[in-house]
Amino acid sequence: MAPEKLVRRFWESIRHIKTFIYRFYVWLVLVFFYAPIFVLMVFSFNNSKSRTVWLGFTFDWYLQLFKDETIMHSVYVTLVVAVLAALLSTVLGTAAAIGIAGMGKRQRALIMNVTYIPVLSPEIITGVSIMLLFVWSGLKLGMLTLLLAHISFDVPFVILSVSPKLRQLDPHLFEAALDLGAKPMSAMRKVILPQIWPGVITGMLMAFTLSVDDFVISYFTSGPTSQTLSITIYAMTRKRVSPEINALSTLLFIVVLTLLVIVNLRQSRDNKQPQRKEEDVR
Amino acid sequence: MKFKTFFFALLIAAVCLPFAGCARTVKPTQTINVYNWGEYIDESVNAEFTKETGIRVNYTTYATNEELYSKLKAGGVNYDVVVPSDYMISRMISENMLEKIDFSQVPNYKDIGKKYHNLAYDPNDTYSVPYMWGTVGIIYDKTKVTGNVNSWNILWDARYKGQILMFDNSRDSIGIALKKLGYSYNTINQSQLEQAAAELTKQKPLVQAYVMDQIFDKMEGGEALIAPYYAGDAITMMQENPNLAFAVPKEGTNFFVDAMAIPKGALNKKAAETYINFMCSAKICAKNAEYTGYSTPSGAALKLLPASLRDNIIAYPGDSVLNKSETYTNLPESILKLYDQLWTQVIS
Repeated sequence: MAPEKLVRRFWESIRHIKTFIYRFYVWLVLVFFYAPIFVLMVFSFNNSKSRTVWLGFTFDWYLQLFKDETIMHSVYVTLVVAVLAALLSTVLGTAAAIGIAGMGKRQRALIMNVTYIPVLSPEIITGVSIMLLFVWSGLKLGMLTLLLAHISFDVPFVILSVSPKLRQLDPHLFEAALDLGAKPMSAMRKVILPQIWPGVITGMLMAFTLSVDDFVISYFTSGPTSQTLSITIYAMTRKRVSPEINALSTLLFIVVLTLLVIVNLRQSRDNKQPQRKEEDVR
Repeated sequence: MKFKTFFFALLIAAVCLPFAGCARTVKPTQTINVYNWGEYIDESVNAEFTKETGIRVNYTTYATNEELYSKLKAGGVNYDVVVPSDYMISRMISENMLEKIDFSQVPNYKDIGKKYHNLAYDPNDTYSVPYMWGTVGIIYDKTKVTGNVNSWNILWDARYKGQILMFDNSRDSIGIALKKLGYSYNTINQSQLEQAAAELTKQKPLVQAYVMDQIFDKMEGGEALIAPYYAGDAITMMQENPNLAFAVPKEGTNFFVDAMAIPKGALNKKAAETYINFMCSAKICAKNAEYTGYSTPSGAALKLLPASLRDNIIAYPGDSVLNKSETYTNLPESILKLYDQLWTQVIS
């Protein structure tokens, strides 16, 4: 065979191997991501308390889950705290971000650095220090302390997701609105807010997920009336995680997946259609 | 923007939600805060208590004695009933963290077996009422482990190299080695402790892993052949994997008691005592024992249990086993330090 031909063959096979490795790698990553969740889902239907031995199919764990008061109450606590913390920290964080955007350079740098500290500092320090503050100030640990703690660690994330949107904004937009006769509040509501809305929503979703997810800070700041789901699950692990938790996780996973699909569908629809603007009629 | 209206509606709804919850809880009825181990109660019991007495129960859970201890120590919480284990009760008593229980409010205490009265951790029965008890034994795969398993020595048997699991904490592991050598779990003799640590070092090449709760899954799934574990859980494990068997070593073993107590600062001591009394009633004890698989100290409850559980010598071993068994007591600080030091040497 001619040497060029050999060389070409060689490169061709290299390319095949390359695509194979790329695909394999993608699949490997996917398997790593989803295999644990898949196993968890499968075992939520296992007719046994075991996590290793399969003894047949059942819906029992789902029924028991809804009867389990400790779990259901902690789901309730988790959701109430997460929703409230997300909403309140979104309001606070957005307002803060707008304020920060209007500051001078040095002041802004200072405030942004202060904002980063809670994001970067270890959760356990945040948790312990917030708890000490509550204990020192005589607040009884409970729903309120839990909510306050969650708001305090959610706010920086909202600020950090809203700020870039504000930076992208034309600084004269607000002035233009004022020149055209808008009052400052309505300029804010009708001009600025719609522009940064995606950042606000992202911040809110992030705050919500962080709240649901949080263990360390909740662990230190919750009391007898406010045990969150993550603490309940942790307490169950002394013996072992009951399949009820598998069932609950499966349901949560499906809910989150549905939400994601809906959000994505909305986005792709919005991208296809030319944006229509709804004018508020005064 | 419709989404914005939705957002504000959600905000208002969310702000109102917890108050709706409050409206339910701030009735003139009493509420007590109970803090117990995870998965350690038949859930229906609390609802039954509320139905019977009108007292609401805030039920929360923890995973270790140390967790309970630090939560109480940190302050800012007011629990009315907690359920620490023996050695933690003696520690809490010595640190003045528990209230004396008014036993005239706990008439059902009479049903608690004499064996569980005046135990070393609370010698005069002033601070605690036993909730559950159990023993530690050896769980093994009877199809693969040959010969008579009746001694801690089996955990040192070279034939099962790489198939042995061991507890991953100093007190339990050094304790097993102490028992193997014929010493007490609560020894404060330094040379005995050093000998025990030497035994563990000898055992180390045979051990597959040092673990705690994973023993459950590993043994059930057949990943290991021999492990020390709790009798209550062993019963459940044997139901799931019929190859497993359980033995109590002839040298004696750890006999533990988890007991109900009222921490200092409890706001509803009377209601807490009512709850403790309720948890001691035969029917409730039996319910919890059946659900958890652990052993109830109540003689009256024992009669209500199904025969299969009542006559199970794993859950209810005879006096010959119990007489040789010991509860953990709280050790002096210096000995606890020595434990940590020896244990680090063993596993490092």
